[in-house]
Amino acid sequence: MNTSETTRIVGASVARKEGVDKLLGRARYVDDIEREGMWHGATVRSSIPRGFIRSIGFDRRIDWSQFSVVSASDIPGDNHIQLIVADQPCLADGMVNHREEAILLLAHPDKHKLREAVEAVHIEYEPLPAVFSIEESERQDPIVWGTDNVFKTFLLEKGDVDSAWADAAHIVEGEYRTGAQEHLYIENNGVIAEYSAETGVTVWGSLQCPFYVHKSLLAVFDLPAEKVRVIQTETGGAFGGKEDYPSLLAAHAALLAMKSGHPVKMIYDRMEDLAATTKRHPSRVRHRTALDNEGKLLAMDIEIATDGGAYSTLSSTVLSRATLHSPGPYVCPNVRIRSRSWATNTVPYGAFRGFGAPQTIFAVERHMDEIAAKLGIDPAELRRRNFLHDGDTTATEQVMREPVILDQLLDRALAESNYHAKRAQFTGENPTSAVKRGMGIAAFYHGSGFTGSGERYLNSLAGVDVTPEGEVRVLVSSTEFGQGTNTVLTQIAAEAIGLDYCDVIMAPADTGIVPNSGPTVASRTAMVVGRLIERAGLQLVALLREHAGLGEHFTRAEFFAASERYRAAKGEAVSLCRYQPPPGIFWDDQKYRGEAYPAFAWSVQVAQVAVDTVTCSAEVEEFWAVQEAGRVINPVLATGQIEGGIAQGIGYALYEKVLLQNGQMINNQMTNYIMPTAEDVPPIHAHFVEIPFQHGGYGAKGIGELPHDGPAPAILNAIRDATGVSFHSIPLLPEDLFAALAARQAIEEPAAV
Amino acid sequence: MSECWPTIRITVNGQRHLVQAPPMKRLLDVLREDLHLTGTKEGCGEGECGSCSVRMNGELVNSCLVPALQAEGATIETVEGLAQKGELHPLQQAFLKCGGAQCGICTPGMLMAAKHLLAHNPHPDIAEIREGLAGNLCRCTGFMRIFESVIAAAAQSCVAEEQRGADAR
Repeated sequence: MNTSETTRIVGASVARKEGVDKLLGRARYVDDIEREGMWHGATVRSSIPRGFIRSIGFDRRIDWSQFSVVSASDIPGDNHIQLIVADQPCLADGMVNHREEAILLLAHPDKHKLREAVEAVHIEYEPLPAVFSIEESERQDPIVWGTDNVFKTFLLEKGDVDSAWADAAHIVEGEYRTGAQEHLYIENNGVIAEYSAETGVTVWGSLQCPFYVHKSLLAVFDLPAEKVRVIQTETGGAFGGKEDYPSLLAAHAALLAMKSGHPVKMIYDRMEDLAATTKRHPSRVRHRTALDNEGKLLAMDIEIATDGGAYSTLSSTVLSRATLHSPGPYVCPNVRIRSRSWATNTVPYGAFRGFGAPQTIFAVERHMDEIAAKLGIDPAELRRRNFLHDGDTTATEQVMREPVILDQLLDRALAESNYHAKRAQFTGENPTSAVKRGMGIAAFYHGSGFTGSGERYLNSLAGVDVTPEGEVRVLVSSTEFGQGTNTVLTQIAAEAIGLDYCDVIMAPADTGIVPNSGPTVASRTAMVVGRLIERAGLQLVALLREHAGLGEHFTRAEFFAASERYRAAKGEAVSLCRYQPPPGIFWDDQKYRGEAYPAFAWSVQVAQVAVDTVTCSAEVEEFWAVQEAGRVINPVLATGQIEGGIAQGIGYALYEKVLLQNGQMINNQMTNYIMPTAEDVPPIHAHFVEIPFQHGGYGAKGIGELPHDGPAPAILNAIRDATGVSFHSIPLLPEDLFAALAARQAIEEPAAV
Repeated sequence: MSECWPTIRITVNGQRHLVQAPPMKRLLDVLREDLHLTGTKEGCGEGECGSCSVRMNGELVNSCLVPALQAEGATIETVEGLAQKGELHPLQQAFLKCGGAQCGICTPGMLMAAKHLLAHNPHPDIAEIREGLAGNLCRCTGFMRIFESVIAAAAQSCVAEEQRGADAR
């Protein structure tokens, strides 16, 4: 694209495409849809974390003739969900590997009959020893997955770490931990499925990736591609939580539909959704860092472990992104990263906004403040001395070919937050106040799009067409779940073609209609798919000029008249484009070296936190985020992404704790899994610096995940600044603060004897 | 047995309905299943998230916690009743303009909570807005755009009031 070109629609805060439907309450989410003769489905789940299924009994108080019952033996094809490694059964067959694993499915015309029926299925088990933490899995006794409990290992080496320690002025070590986090989309997982021998399987659902679900259904039902159709319904939040799980749920509902001969709706209630579906991977990250006298990084030795849960699902790719984000946005000549994802007998962990990056960025950005404290350097200054710049190489030896403006982002964040003056003020006030205030920084990047060769493998196809009804449609499998896909892609199409925003609509996210533009994940939609739509729009105009007499300048009416002529001649007016990698990209999957991401978005965040030493509550009082994420397509939507991501990051740091007992989530209610409310989220100040990325849709880079990466370390750094106490794990709840502050007080003021 | 179920009279968005339902059926389900008003959403089923918020006799309630029998004779307002004669309510207009709705699932409840707030306090300050919406969880926006929407709607209503005042004169 020509970045100097002025745009009409791109860059404008046009109203959300489906906004009016949502505001009128007429947007159709899956639970709002009924099908003729529809039944309801429910799931009988494992009540133990690991063991053999010895018998399944059906209580006689239930008239089972009124129910359809599905077990693994009813599966016509492969009893596995198709992700990276097909190890997760669709239904447990003889053995369970985590609590809440699906064993049997029930359907009945009356949904109110299902709960009692589920409870009337009696399963006897022969329990096996189970593991529930990274440390237990590392002992490799028992082995609960594969031959060694390891889903994936990465080793990434740059320079020579081992020879760096001898000459180092300082060596700083630290261990950092993050807990699981629940997506808490307000709409729970849900689908409706239909089956007929002629047309095969049709699924409507709340989901992110229609073609992921499609792929799994093909395998489970052993059907050809044209006999499976997946249609996304309006989706009430996802955040990664509807990336892989809907494949399982869709298969369940479709099996019940086949068995019962009726459409079957399955909608999880909140307790089931919390107990049985994916969460963010817990992690443990160890840093050993060598520095010179000036605080310049000499070597980083990083060891990462994640808890992947009972099946591999997406753990290997989450670990990859965790690995690639673990050294932070810094230059370091010698880097070694060893990472492993471990199997445990808990519900499989999955995709969640940030996809491994928030875990390792928490570690490195907390660690930078520990280094700053040890060396007596201001945390902002320590970062500045080590920032990546244009021409530097990352840990994978990727050369930074695009502008890197971390210094500018940091300066802006410090100025907007009045960082230095506030720190000085708080340093003066804190000694005599029960409420201690502090300022904390996090600086980071987020790689846009799939890692390494990922986008090449995806080979996405997307486009636009003009219907006989005179509508221009965007043809993508990229889905809307609140983040703005519909709006941003129709803005791009309208811009490229030269029409108005209202002239362009989205084709339904229906695998029977749209091409596979890849999954809606990895902050790739605006950048990668947006670029395809930009190209397809320009290509459509060129086709109409060449074959249908469209003039150099045209009116709306002339455009649709030319489209009509084109369709009359060619049968359809459609323009599709396939992904082309930016030139000069190289990635070595074996050595994990080269261009890890086609582009990076950059951010510096600052948190102002108050710790009440009487109540031991930590409150984020104000938050600043300055970011460079390429061209901003829609400022209001982009700002909404930043603010929403920061709110989730605040929850990750201070509120949200998944309590597990023998692999079972025991606080699986909104009453006791606490997310930030309207009274908890501080004023958030989001600022964009725009540098258009030439290979992104009208210059866009990824934005959705970036804001979630920084709040946790920024907040805990601010708490350290406020209290002088270093915390190394999240979530950090008042009881954790109480324990640490009380312990320190005990040292400072020994009890009178 | 349905013939044993009581008949419940409710007025929803100005329309009177007679509904035969089990007395403990949730008002949420009466709205969604019996009256096919699916704008009101279920998020948690235990009164924590506020997605099912409706106004009942002028009070803001979680319709997942209200048994049908308790709604006997009540006047209910739901999201479907906000827009009048095809024109978006000022709150709906403001949410659209300011980005107050993202995934949209909390939006119907949020709109009803915001309407309730403005009904009692036409010009709330930010602390009052935060308190007024504290029972409605939004996982997408981080609430900033929602606060801005409510402020914008209050300002617009203010303009509308002045306009009406001027017209009256």
